[in-house]
Amino acid sequence: MRNTLDRRPPATAPRPGGIRRAVLAIERATKEAIWDCRMCGQCILHSTGMSCPMRCPKNLRNGPCGGVLQNGNCEVVPDHRCVWVQAWEGSRRLPLWRDHMLHVNKPVDWRLQGTSSWENLLTRRDAHAPAGWIAYEREARA
Amino acid sequence: MSPEPRSRLQRLLQSGEFVVTCELEASDSADPEPVYRLADALRGKVDAVNCTDNSAAHPHLSSLAAAHLLLDRGVEPILQLACRDRNRLALQADILGAAALGVRNLVAMTGDDVTAGDHPEAKPIYDLDAMHLLRIARIMRDSGTYLSGRRLDRPPSLFIGAVENPFAPPIDYRPMRLGKKIEAGAEFVQTQIVFNLERMRTFMARVVELGLTERVFVLAGVYVLRSARAARYLRDQVPGIDVPDEVLRRMEGLPPDRQAEEGVRLALETIARLREMPGISGIHLMSIRGEEAILRVVEEAGFLPRPAVEPAAAG
Repeated sequence: MRNTLDRRPPATAPRPGGIRRAVLAIERATKEAIWDCRMCGQCILHSTGMSCPMRCPKNLRNGPCGGVLQNGNCEVVPDHRCVWVQAWEGSRRLPLWRDHMLHVNKPVDWRLQGTSSWENLLTRRDAHAPAGWIAYEREARA
Repeated sequence: MSPEPRSRLQRLLQSGEFVVTCELEASDSADPEPVYRLADALRGKVDAVNCTDNSAAHPHLSSLAAAHLLLDRGVEPILQLACRDRNRLALQADILGAAALGVRNLVAMTGDDVTAGDHPEAKPIYDLDAMHLLRIARIMRDSGTYLSGRRLDRPPSLFIGAVENPFAPPIDYRPMRLGKKIEAGAEFVQTQIVFNLERMRTFMARVVELGLTERVFVLAGVYVLRSARAARYLRDQVPGIDVPDEVLRRMEGLPPDRQAEEGVRLALETIARLREMPGISGIHLMSIRGEEAILRVVEEAGFLPRPAVEPAAAG
């Protein structure tokens, strides 16, 4: 699975067929409707108070930038609420995963843009991280 | 918190010195002279100088070049690196290049959005966020590899810093977010400009309570206002800055020729209050075209003479 995805720029990857296509369509339809999901293919919604971090104009995966306006709106799109203000508030309401707001999330794997995060979860494709990142985390835990 | 210091700044902080850093006015000249002139004015007056990375999303002389020019003139630079303009390849190349040129302090940040600058049509990069960049600097330094895991022949020796804004929503999350930056790799942090002392006090109390000041040095940002117009500009045009009404009233209540003086006085009062707050290890001074005002504040706040410390051995 990994090898078929690895070198392909997302925009040129052929659309999956059969059951994979159906899964992708269902995920896209539901998550776009409910969470305004951007189909990054490596979903961390549960860690971010069910507020999709890819809606942030800076694609921040680890919390708000310093430019959040005093009214809690986005500096780039001032009539929108900051995605991370929503994430913080949302995370306080969740029964689980509240501590995930303290976790350092790994960099985005841009090859997965537009693919199904459900499929990537099942195939463990989304568990991939750069070797240096993994080695550092392993050392830090030891 | 006493590893072998990587920079003079780190050595001072570890020795318990209350440090002073400031921001270098960005240059728009292909001539090194403006940077040299500022370097000569600041040498010996502050402990290290931040080289901004296309601040406010306007292109300027690159932070790497400015840092190199400061080193030429015996001033210790703090290299700012923003995620807005470069992907992970370019950022790692610049970290390594900076270290090779003798830069020993790094501050990682996300960066203002391109829409805030004079090239709003530009493609924003944001391949990484500041948290990722901090961690990658640590990977390069401590594991001696690139993010990919590929070995470096010689790892960069850097004192690694972050920024944090205690004044931007979600306010309750900000101290925890600082904790997360420490987790990612930050060893010191420079805060957004402090005008709202009450909020700063609340933030620092929580930071101390979380035990974060045991793991990170906090330098508080102080801006030297030169006019009431500057105060209004910061409040209305620069996202993330909290300018309370009383500050604005204080500046606007004076005729224009006395406002600069009031700005210096306000900065001195702010510094005095910040020095009383537990957990603050130093001050980071900012102003626009105001190195004279910065020098006055350094002098009148009693920061002179700066301690003489040999630069950390290059390594």
